[in-house]
Amino acid sequence: MNDFQIKNTPDVFDVIVIGSGAGGGMAVYELTKAGAKVCLLEAGQHYDPADPKYITQLKWPYESPRRGASTRYRPFGDFDAAYGGWDIDGEPYTTAPGTKFRWFRSRMLGGRTNHWGRISLRFGPDDFRRKSIDGLGEDWPISYHEVAPFYDEVDRLIGVFGTKENLPNDPDSIFLPAPKPRLHEMLLQKSNKRLGITTIPSRLSILTKKINEDRGVCFYCNQCNRACVAYADFSSSSCLCNPASKTKNLYTINYAMAREILTDARTGLATGVSYIDTQTMEEKTVRGRIVVLAASACESARLLLNSKSARFPQGLANSSGVVGKYLHDSTGASRSALVPMLMDRTRYNEDGVGGLHVYSPWWLDNKKLDFPRGYHIEYWGGMSMPAYGFGWGIEGVNGLLPDRNGNPREAGGYGAGLKEDYRRFYGAYVGMAGRGEAIAREDNYCEIDPNVVDKFGIPVLRFNYKWSDHERLQAKHMHDTFEQIIHELGGIPLGEKPGPDQDYGLNAPGEIIHEVGTIRMGNDPNTSALNKWQQAHDVKNLFVTDAAPFVSQGDKNCTWTILALSMRASRHIVEERKAGRL
Amino acid sequence: MKRRKALQSIGLSSLGLVGLHPQIKAAELMPAPHPDAETGKKDPVFEQFGRTEYEAQRDARLFAEQFFTPHELKTISILADIIIPRDERSGSATDAGVPAFIEFMAKDRPEMQTPLRGGLAWIDNQSKKRFGTAFSDSTPAQRIEIVEDIAYPERGKPSMSQGIAFFSLMRNLTASGFWSSKIGIEDIGYMGNIPNMWDGPPKEVLEKYGLL
Repeated sequence: MNDFQIKNTPDVFDVIVIGSGAGGGMAVYELTKAGAKVCLLEAGQHYDPADPKYITQLKWPYESPRRGASTRYRPFGDFDAAYGGWDIDGEPYTTAPGTKFRWFRSRMLGGRTNHWGRISLRFGPDDFRRKSIDGLGEDWPISYHEVAPFYDEVDRLIGVFGTKENLPNDPDSIFLPAPKPRLHEMLLQKSNKRLGITTIPSRLSILTKKINEDRGVCFYCNQCNRACVAYADFSSSSCLCNPASKTKNLYTINYAMAREILTDARTGLATGVSYIDTQTMEEKTVRGRIVVLAASACESARLLLNSKSARFPQGLANSSGVVGKYLHDSTGASRSALVPMLMDRTRYNEDGVGGLHVYSPWWLDNKKLDFPRGYHIEYWGGMSMPAYGFGWGIEGVNGLLPDRNGNPREAGGYGAGLKEDYRRFYGAYVGMAGRGEAIAREDNYCEIDPNVVDKFGIPVLRFNYKWSDHERLQAKHMHDTFEQIIHELGGIPLGEKPGPDQDYGLNAPGEIIHEVGTIRMGNDPNTSALNKWQQAHDVKNLFVTDAAPFVSQGDKNCTWTILALSMRASRHIVEERKAGRL
Repeated sequence: MKRRKALQSIGLSSLGLVGLHPQIKAAELMPAPHPDAETGKKDPVFEQFGRTEYEAQRDARLFAEQFFTPHELKTISILADIIIPRDERSGSATDAGVPAFIEFMAKDRPEMQTPLRGGLAWIDNQSKKRFGTAFSDSTPAQRIEIVEDIAYPERGKPSMSQGIAFFSLMRNLTASGFWSSKIGIEDIGYMGNIPNMWDGPPKEVLEKYGLL
């Protein structure tokens, strides 16, 4: 990276971008391409999935002493490309009594895009105007029609596979060819069809065809969460930050934990950013004409709330008081099954791309249901690479079915018979997870904890988040559907179906890692912090390009929309600057 | 010879070279089999994959520590091989390095230490009560007599419940360690983790499931 750094750093950058995930990466890509001198602040270390010192792809489980098991430092397993997690040493967050929130952070170039699921769904026309449809939440200040050209550009720039389906609220992208389904996915497509549950090829930002000279093509190792040495999947580090560096207009500062956005007391404009160098604990400052905040929805809200001054006593860009509010994560619930017809499988390489080859977009009409908004279903299964946890809990499974000779099999056991069970059950499990839309509510929020600071002395977030019956009933519906799907597939559901005492199996808020909404956009400065260009109503040279500006998030994973909106906001910055308005 | 070295020596490229064809780069990443990976307790191979500085230090610290006593490790080895014995297709749990893996996991996840240490003591107490010897000093038939009482959760007598819980933990750890080893992966027939062209399931599989 240093080879490409600006040699003589300006005293005042054209733009300072805080955060290098999807939103920050797209901003530095667009702005440096337009010729702006950009300073990128990243709280974590450098990362490049093609640099041998970071590579975990194609490693075998036995190369890890814990055989790929998770640790506090790698919550998704020893090979996962996320440095950080739910619980980072010296960087706490708190939750208000009686509420829950779990916050996943990655401290590295590219942020969480290095390990994400690459599920790249456009929001549909209805997803931008939910209040007009069901009266809940708020409409966006922009329509699908305004975002669509940017989705198109993101599709072409980054690449996404899928199939043209012409579904009204799941718009097609400009797709690369989709991989063929795996065996269990074909069987699910067949049985789901009988249930009327739409099940179509997934839409992932993984290159099944070459799109440019900088990136290779998928070689089907099923390990996108380890980040790709061939840059065949999208991560902000490899597909946005790297090309931005090559313009020589980018100056990246790693280990820079932003503490405060500085403003001019007279003009009220942002003038720079104070950050802590996490290696030396020194406080440093960079100056810029424009600040783009993309530190992640909650981190960005925290930074604004911590940027208090006489002129901005409620925090920066917060005269409306909405900063931190309307926090919402996707709903999630899951179930798995044993599928007897998938026992004793013929062995072959079934890795495929990293993740699901088929999924079920929302297929029902809420008018006939007792909850608002929808969910999609993701599926997993197959003969995947064994690792820590393989065969775990077999004592709850191997007594369910007779042995190969048709004799009753006792649960548990040991020895030759048990060893044979593991072989027979390999590839016979199928799982599914619902990912749904929660309602953005004012009373689900993050705020500054009055008593707690992190190791850098920066006040931390306190979360206040509770699910409502909207989400609980949605999760109940998910579980009812999972059982139908499993039975129709001929499977045996595993574990207990969660009841009302367990919120119908709803994941805790934050656990789906789609948290959005904390600095929402809108036309009314009294009820929103940003205008429809993601520009602060109160501070015209401050923009937010992560998921904080989201008014709602559909049942679609948020990354593709972060990218499209960041591109749109960045283009707007360039136009405004050229027109002399910034 | 490591795969990477092998590829270098036939003049393909070296890792990290700009402009390298990604598929070749991927092929280069294929690790060579490590002869000592199954047994080596302080195998340097474990330090070679994308660790952050802190993780590398932490793993090195864990490797330097010893949790189980030789007696406990002996009992673990006996139990692991009862759970996954050698058969005509592959080796046993100890052949696959399971005891070293369990030793590491006990240090990596301290919450497992008391259930494992306590379970090992429980099984020794059982053995002493029944046969007057520690589990590892009892005869193979005597060991199986105890295992029969704790290996089947639905059969188990109430007085055996703690032993059943321990044996389930041992079974699960043994399976994790065995099937994620080189021996276990070959046995289970996992054929991936290599650059591939996915084109759907083989025709005979589609035929078998009526999907053609």
